[in-house]
Amino acid sequence: MIHLLSQVFDTQFLASAVRMTTPILLAAMGGLLCSLSGTLNVALEGLMLMGAFGAVAGSFYTGSWLAGVGLAVLLGTLTSVLLSVTIIKYKANELVVGLAVNLAALGATTFMMRTLWQVKGSFIDPRIAPLPSWRLPLIHHAPVLGKVLSGHTPVVYASWAVVLIINYVIYHTAFGLRLRATGENARAAETLGVRTKKLQYVAFILSGALSGLAGAQLSLGLVTLFLINMTAGRGFVAMVAVILGQRLVAGVAGASLLFGLAEGLTMRLQGLRIPPQFVLMLPYLITIITMVLLRPRHPRPVLPEEARKAALEETP
Amino acid sequence: MSHPRYQPCLGGNELAKVLEMQGIVKGFPGVLANDHVDFDLEEGEIHALVGENGAGKSTLMNILYGLYQPDEGRIVCKGRQVRFESPLDSIAAGIGMVHQHFMLVPSFTVYENIVLGAEPRRRGSFDRAKAISRVRELAKRHDFRIDPLARIHNLPVGSQQRVEIMKSLYRGAGILILDEPTAVLTPQETKELFVILKSLARQGKTIVFITHKLEEVMEVSDRVTVMRGGKVTMTKATAQTDAREIARMMVGREVFLQVNKADLTPGEVMLEVENLWVADDRGLFAVKGLSFQVREGEILGVAGVAGNGQMELAEAITGLRPVQAGRIRVCGQDITGNSPFAIRSAGLAHIPEDRYKHGLAKTGTVEENAIMFLHNFSPITNNGLLNRKAITEHADSIIENFDVRPRDRKALAGQLSGGNAQKLIVGREMTLNDKVLVACQPTRGLDIGAIEFLHNRIVQQRDHGSAVLLISVELDEVMSLSDWILVMYEGKSMGELDARAAAVEEVGRLMAGIGKRGSSGKEASA
Repeated sequence: MIHLLSQVFDTQFLASAVRMTTPILLAAMGGLLCSLSGTLNVALEGLMLMGAFGAVAGSFYTGSWLAGVGLAVLLGTLTSVLLSVTIIKYKANELVVGLAVNLAALGATTFMMRTLWQVKGSFIDPRIAPLPSWRLPLIHHAPVLGKVLSGHTPVVYASWAVVLIINYVIYHTAFGLRLRATGENARAAETLGVRTKKLQYVAFILSGALSGLAGAQLSLGLVTLFLINMTAGRGFVAMVAVILGQRLVAGVAGASLLFGLAEGLTMRLQGLRIPPQFVLMLPYLITIITMVLLRPRHPRPVLPEEARKAALEETP
Repeated sequence: MSHPRYQPCLGGNELAKVLEMQGIVKGFPGVLANDHVDFDLEEGEIHALVGENGAGKSTLMNILYGLYQPDEGRIVCKGRQVRFESPLDSIAAGIGMVHQHFMLVPSFTVYENIVLGAEPRRRGSFDRAKAISRVRELAKRHDFRIDPLARIHNLPVGSQQRVEIMKSLYRGAGILILDEPTAVLTPQETKELFVILKSLARQGKTIVFITHKLEEVMEVSDRVTVMRGGKVTMTKATAQTDAREIARMMVGREVFLQVNKADLTPGEVMLEVENLWVADDRGLFAVKGLSFQVREGEILGVAGVAGNGQMELAEAITGLRPVQAGRIRVCGQDITGNSPFAIRSAGLAHIPEDRYKHGLAKTGTVEENAIMFLHNFSPITNNGLLNRKAITEHADSIIENFDVRPRDRKALAGQLSGGNAQKLIVGREMTLNDKVLVACQPTRGLDIGAIEFLHNRIVQQRDHGSAVLLISVELDEVMSLSDWILVMYEGKSMGELDARAAAVEEVGRLMAGIGKRGSSGKEASA
């Protein structure tokens, strides 16, 4: 058993978990912004897929990973703008429109891949420039930490910065205060002159950009190719992370890391006797159990002596 | 009553008018909500604006607050004609509004709620330290006892209202509009609010006080404007009028604020509560060993300051809340722990405290709401199918007998005014069961006409031989309707009093928890 554990939990595993966490983390941060503003972004999955496609396309045609990231963010943002206009301006049902965007993104990216590159299931080409791995100064040579934290793509490092920035914005700026007020009591915010719809648009646009960036890590960071439906539910995992993290920045980041670790574990377990699908199931089981446990509870009232006596007298 | 701050304008030395609304006309499809209304405010006065629901006072104030635009007429503020396109304009002109349903963010702190939308900043970020110190200073200046760091959801309603007032003051409001501010307050909190309002007026703030309650008008206001049917029927110095005249101007006829009821000899015990223990949502006991009986042809009024276990008592009797210990009997049948369905079947009718949450389905029609519970039985349903004809007849008879307006079976219940929604509920419940009636806050937030109507109905129900349990925080209501008064304090009975002999002071003392506990005058005399 100990042998098995040491075989699984090494620095290589942790490093891959860090890489796997990034797409979920970025999308979850976007989802968190929408959630705090009182809207629900169900389309994280589709936005991420648009990003993954945009990253490969941008990188393939220019040979520059930076252009890939740029196109990923652009496509994610544009799709999110469309989505937000239907939800905020035309008051369409956010669940229905969000799911529609997810399905449309799957169709659109598959269609574009087949038309542009004449391939069936996946697009691999040496001309796609992958994200580089950057070494962190100082930390890179540190034992253990260096192997886990250094040598990742710029998008991984950007995701850490995003968490810090969002944390600051939400809790330490007037914008953050207004965003949270909008989510909790929009009418109250409106009577004080807060432009609630504008804030919701901003949240959607940011979540589009962040989901696009998440897609770039997926298609240019973890691998260097585009695959039909390559997000494979990570956008939905990000939605769960927002809820599991109790809509707190630190909580959402922690929940994302939990899902990243689980994903890293499944990769690691390939070849071992435990089926990876079983491990992939674990984070969701944890989520279900946590959701049940997080339910507010109240202690059973204890009857005072006088009442207990009276109750006994009644039922001889 | 003396009003040192206000001198009636008898020519010559006119007080400064801070605001005038002249010839305001506002129509909505089918109604003329404001019909050439003139309204003015003088600096430093408390101006009561009274009228029945639908009299047009909310429309008038919403125009003043920039939520509606008038069709005709003009607003003159400090001698200058103004146009309020949105609340932002009126806020900028120094007008603040405290809405009946508070506009607060529950998870935020007091100071965050107050500065929201006008946050002090330092180098781009929200300057919390400055926000807190400004709110502290504001509280100190106006003598508000409030902790800026407390979270709204932990505060009692009275404090939440103070936060609402502070929001307006923080934005420099010179005119404060309070929309029925006392509807949600306990008598103690109301008293505290009046102290605050009077002190604000002394500091030169002008206050518009919208209310239904005439004794409050008399107690706190300097001037009073009465509206009826979209028109102003009277504007007078409060010292030169009385509650009777105001009531007449509001309703358009003489109003009998006193309910006449005949002496009855009570019959069998229909509702019996024995050593009842009920816990609240937090798991603490809210009802602690309460016992009482209500007999045929008798109204037992439960008096008490809100939050002393009355709500839990009502919910336990009606089956909405589990009973921890004790017995409840309806018509001799033990219904402890039974479902609301079984309890209703045993003969209990219930007018719930929150008419929109527990009384009605807002998105259902009047007729659908009228047949609730009856939909389980013939003739409303036959073999699981709705019987249209029976439904129509039943709904029409309730609409007719209980004067529900509009007279439209297909109208949505959520679109009825408060008074008509309550008439619909009362109509349904009274036609359903006539043995035991549990009425909780039956007239909360209603206008005088509706209150008079409902009070008479409740007394009629008693005269028919119903046992009525009336739970209300309106002491006047309990005093005037009840045969017996049970005062609840911290979940226990402070004693039962004969309503004919009880003095207001005595009941008030018991409500405050002063006096002998657990004594029962009723048992002694019965």
